[in-house]
Amino acid sequence: MTTSSSPFEYAPAPESRSIVDIAPSYGLFIDGEFVDGTGDAFPSVNPATEEVLTEVSAASEADVDRAVRAARRAFEKTWGPMRAADRGKYLFRIARLLQERAREFAVLESLDNGKPIRESRDVDVPLAAAHFFYYAGWADKLDHVGLGTRPRALGVAGQVIPWNFPLLMLAWKVAPALAAGNTVVLKPAETTPLTALLFAEVCRQADLPAGVVNILTGAGDTGRALVEHDDVDKVAFTGSTEVGRSIARAVAGTSKKLTLELGGKAANIVFDDAPIDQAVEGIVQGIFFNQGHVCCAGSRLLVQESIHDEVVASLQRRIGTLRVGDPLDKNTDIGAINSADQLARIRELSDIGEAEGAQRWQPACELPDRGFWYPPTIFTDVSSAHRIARDEIFGPVLSVLTFRTPDEAVAKANNTTYGLSAGIWSEKGSRILKIANQLRAGVVWANTFNKFDPTSPFGGYKQSGYGREGGRHGLAAYLEGAEQ
Amino acid sequence: MIGNDRLAVRKTYKLYVNGAFPRSESGRTYEVTDSKGHFLANAARASRKDARDAVVAARGAFGKWSGMTAYNRGQVLYRVAEVMEGRHVQFCDEVAAGEGLSASRARAAVDAAIDRWVWYAGWTDKLAAVLGGANPVAGPYFDFSTPEPTGVVAVLAPQQSSLLGLVSVLAPVLATGNTAVVVTSKDRPLPAVTLAEVLATSDVPGGVANLLTGDAEELGTWLAEHADVDGIDLTGAPANRAMEFEREAAGTIKRVVRPPATEPDWTADPGLTRMTPFLETKTVWHPIGL
Repeated sequence: MTTSSSPFEYAPAPESRSIVDIAPSYGLFIDGEFVDGTGDAFPSVNPATEEVLTEVSAASEADVDRAVRAARRAFEKTWGPMRAADRGKYLFRIARLLQERAREFAVLESLDNGKPIRESRDVDVPLAAAHFFYYAGWADKLDHVGLGTRPRALGVAGQVIPWNFPLLMLAWKVAPALAAGNTVVLKPAETTPLTALLFAEVCRQADLPAGVVNILTGAGDTGRALVEHDDVDKVAFTGSTEVGRSIARAVAGTSKKLTLELGGKAANIVFDDAPIDQAVEGIVQGIFFNQGHVCCAGSRLLVQESIHDEVVASLQRRIGTLRVGDPLDKNTDIGAINSADQLARIRELSDIGEAEGAQRWQPACELPDRGFWYPPTIFTDVSSAHRIARDEIFGPVLSVLTFRTPDEAVAKANNTTYGLSAGIWSEKGSRILKIANQLRAGVVWANTFNKFDPTSPFGGYKQSGYGREGGRHGLAAYLEGAEQ
Repeated sequence: MIGNDRLAVRKTYKLYVNGAFPRSESGRTYEVTDSKGHFLANAARASRKDARDAVVAARGAFGKWSGMTAYNRGQVLYRVAEVMEGRHVQFCDEVAAGEGLSASRARAAVDAAIDRWVWYAGWTDKLAAVLGGANPVAGPYFDFSTPEPTGVVAVLAPQQSSLLGLVSVLAPVLATGNTAVVVTSKDRPLPAVTLAEVLATSDVPGGVANLLTGDAEELGTWLAEHADVDGIDLTGAPANRAMEFEREAAGTIKRVVRPPATEPDWTADPGLTRMTPFLETKTVWHPIGL
């Protein structure tokens, strides 16, 4: 929505949604076919309008079993015995198909998820294709992963992904699993199933053998049935730390391998010698990218005390120019909150922030009448003890804290049960390297933030999970060394 | 002159926590016998409090140990091998008595244990090159990944192989820069106490390795659920409790090494398999520009 206080005026520039063709209902993708599920149907909603886009099926335990059997058959009969180079070629095909249908995926993602088309078009979909292209090349080079010669695929991977980057998280999970020679049963998030279902169509266009990729829509029960299925060899999960814990408990005592990519509460540290304008762009990118629905979001801003007022003033000025509204509008910076539940959580934690004594600031900002919306928000006067400095909000809400010395910055940054990511802003190279060394976080962005690449390992320390996605490390998570 | 009838001075076997040798705060001991059932010693039976003290010590030592240069850490671990060599006879006697091995097989186990320290000492400054590197991202950024230690690792040491098995699970934890709280073999704890004396005189900073004699079944629970333990190796966990320990470890998303079905052949080449579970990968990005 344009706001009267905005110094910029834009005409609407909506991307056409005619490129997507959403069926009134979808089944499950099992063994290369769309089949009717035996569970109940549930709607998938456009969070920007609350319009029901379609109905999908909640896969039952029986459906999960069917999918796992199909994946097992494919692992034993087709995908496992296949020449590694041919497995790679299928993945290259998928990468190309994603590129060919990129706009369709981007529009569908924005409709189902609520993220701005600028991001789905320029980040999610190209990166998803890049992941397939990257891991495609690994398929016939597994001897060089670092696990000795002839490492073995694990078998059937059960994968459960979140709603914040639906297609991209699918790519992070499916591409390395298939390149390593596994077959997969993937459950997309309850609120964002549509691009995974379109991906199933891409698998058919690629002539991927039946059963190699199976897509089961559903909610927590479906995920639980998948994770706990006896014939699953590998579980990969991205989502909340709470669910991650229950999955780790569920696989305890089994031989299932597990990787977890969980929550975060990243510190974004700005030193007094940082280039302020660049840092402010980075702070905005760090917390408002994808409405802050990002596990590695820079949700705790640690500013050196001497530049606090300057940074906050500059940040407020910049936030005043952000455009919140129609995700399909190419000018939109901040789209819709993904669901009513998530909106309620963001509101609750923000209210707690205020109740605990932090100062809330939001720009003058008109929000659409329908759909789920939350304006970009900054809290100042935040202490490390505040809930908004400890809990993952997973929304466009930034908590600002201060520090005086580098040691204090590191201590505050590490004072969290999470350890997924962190940011450093400084012009001094030696300081950046020292601080990067001391931060207990899996990804450290220095003078940048929220950058991703298939070649670059991503994943957390501490209760942000274990295992890495991306790079050689991401592949090793789906392989077993011959000597093991 | 000392005659043959001299009465030996026996050793009091104690815990090793934070570089010191305390008795268990609980005052508990238990009888340790040789493989034929003859009395050898009363070992300290570590309690929950001892385990928690050991975690505090390990956490306190983590910054210094993980912050050392890899070269320095390698030299310290090599020093452990040097000092062990000087106590070769003592280790052979203890291993032979505890495990019921012949003199030559005990010697082979001690030799292999010493050589294992040397092997891991040589790894410290090679891991970053083998497990990390520069990542060729599609953009103007320098991006590199390095392995870093997970933190405080609890180790339930093997129950059978009292020295070689112990070294095989402890050395990789230390070589990677972690600090350790080890529960030794319950029935064969004496070589572990002697190893603690070696560690105490080998430039290994106090708190880096803490060795608790006692019962893994009892102590495993406290370590598995301890919020300041980052990882746990369940190799020596009793089969009937390992699943429960793994469940408890899930409460704080600990890195877990599951126990093998049977105790492995510790003379085999371990590869990287005991180091990678307690390593994190850190990836750092920085723009490239003028």
